[in-house]
Amino acid sequence: MTLWWIGDVLLLVVVLPVVVYLLKGVLDAARSIVPSVQRIAAAADAGSKDLDAVPLLLTTQAQVKQTVEVVANYGGSLDTIIDDES
Amino acid sequence: MPAAGVVLIVAVVLIVLALVYYLVSTIVALRQITAGLDEAIAGVVGIIEKSAPVADVVSDINRNLDAGVDLLEGLLVKKAGLDDAMGLVEGLYPGAAAEGLRQFPDSGTVKPPRISEVYTKGTLTLARLGREAPIAAASPNGPVLRNVEGGSLDARSLYPETRQTRPERLPRSPIIGTNAPVQYTPSEQRGGTTPDEAEIREKGPWAETAAEGIVPAELGGSDAPREMLAEDPQLGSPVLGETTGSEEPATERGIDPSGGDEADATSDAGPEPPEEAEPDLKDAAGGPRQVDLDS
Repeated sequence: MTLWWIGDVLLLVVVLPVVVYLLKGVLDAARSIVPSVQRIAAAADAGSKDLDAVPLLLTTQAQVKQTVEVVANYGGSLDTIIDDES
Repeated sequence: MPAAGVVLIVAVVLIVLALVYYLVSTIVALRQITAGLDEAIAGVVGIIEKSAPVADVVSDINRNLDAGVDLLEGLLVKKAGLDDAMGLVEGLYPGAAAEGLRQFPDSGTVKPPRISEVYTKGTLTLARLGREAPIAAASPNGPVLRNVEGGSLDARSLYPETRQTRPERLPRSPIIGTNAPVQYTPSEQRGGTTPDEAEIREKGPWAETAAEGIVPAELGGSDAPREMLAEDPQLGSPVLGETTGSEEPATERGIDPSGGDEADATSDAGPEPPEEAEPDLKDAAGGPRQVDLDS
C-alpha cells in the first residue's frame, strides 16, 4: 500500500509536470513558427506581384531593337553625307 | 477500491487530459504552418516562372544596346577623330571623357579639347539645330550658345558680313501689301504712275507693290539721308530720272492716243519708198521651191 502511495505521489508531482512542460514547449515552438511562415508567404506573394511587369520587357526588347535599327540607318546616312576626319 | 488506487486513476486521467490538450493545440499550429508554407511555395513558384525569361530578354537588350553604342562610337571617332570625339563627349557629358570609349582603349588617356571654344563647325551645327543644345554646359564661362557675346556672334560671323555690321542694327525687311502690319508711304517713284485704288482694282493685286514704292527712304532707299547710305550709294535721281508728278503732257500737242486706234497695217506699215524707186524684184524670177512642189 505504501508503494501505491509513493507511485501516486511520483505520478502527480513528477511525471505530470514534466509531461505538461514538454508538451507546452512543443506547442509554443509550433505557434512561434506560424507568424514567420505567414510573413514568408506574404513576401513571396508581393515578390510575385512585382514581377508582373516582366512581360513588358518583351516590349522593351522589341523597341530597343527598332531603335538600334533606326540608329544604324541614321548612322549609315551620316557616314555617307559627312566626310571622314582624315 | 483503496484510496491509493483512486488517486492513481485520477493522476493518469490528468496526464491524458494534458496530453490531449497540448497535442491538439500542436496539431492546429502545424496545420497553420502547412497552410502558410503552401502560400509561400505558390509565391516562390510564381517568382521562378515569371523571372525565367528575364535573363534571355535582358541579354538580348544589352546585346542590341552594345551594338548601338559600338556603332555610334565608331561613327563619332571616324568622322570627328578621337581627340575631337572625346572633346564633344566631354562637352555634352562633363566627366564622361575620363571613362573613355569602350571600343577605343586609348580614348581614356586623350586630353579632350575645349570643343565649345575651338570647334566652330560643331558650334554652328548645334546652333542650327537649336539654341538649347547642351554643348559646353559646364564651360567656366557658362553655356556658350546662350551667351550672345561668346557664342552667337561667333556663329553669325561665319555668314557674309552685311546685316550685323553695315548699317548697324538694320531693321527687318518690311512686309508689303495692303494687309501688312506697317504701311509704308512710297518715297520715290522711278517712272510710271503710282496706281490709285481704281487702278489697283482694275489691274489686280500685283499693282499694290508698285503703290508702296521699292525701298522707302527710312529703310535706306536712294533718297535716304547720306549717313544711312553705304560707301557706294545707289545712283541718284539725275541718272535714274524721275516723273513730273503731273498729268499734263510734256509737249504742246501732247500724244494723240487715237492715232493708234486708226492705224492700218496695209498702208502704214514700213517706210514709204520714193516715187521713182523701182520695186525690189530680185526674188520674183525664182520658181517655186522643190519642197513646195513635192508637197
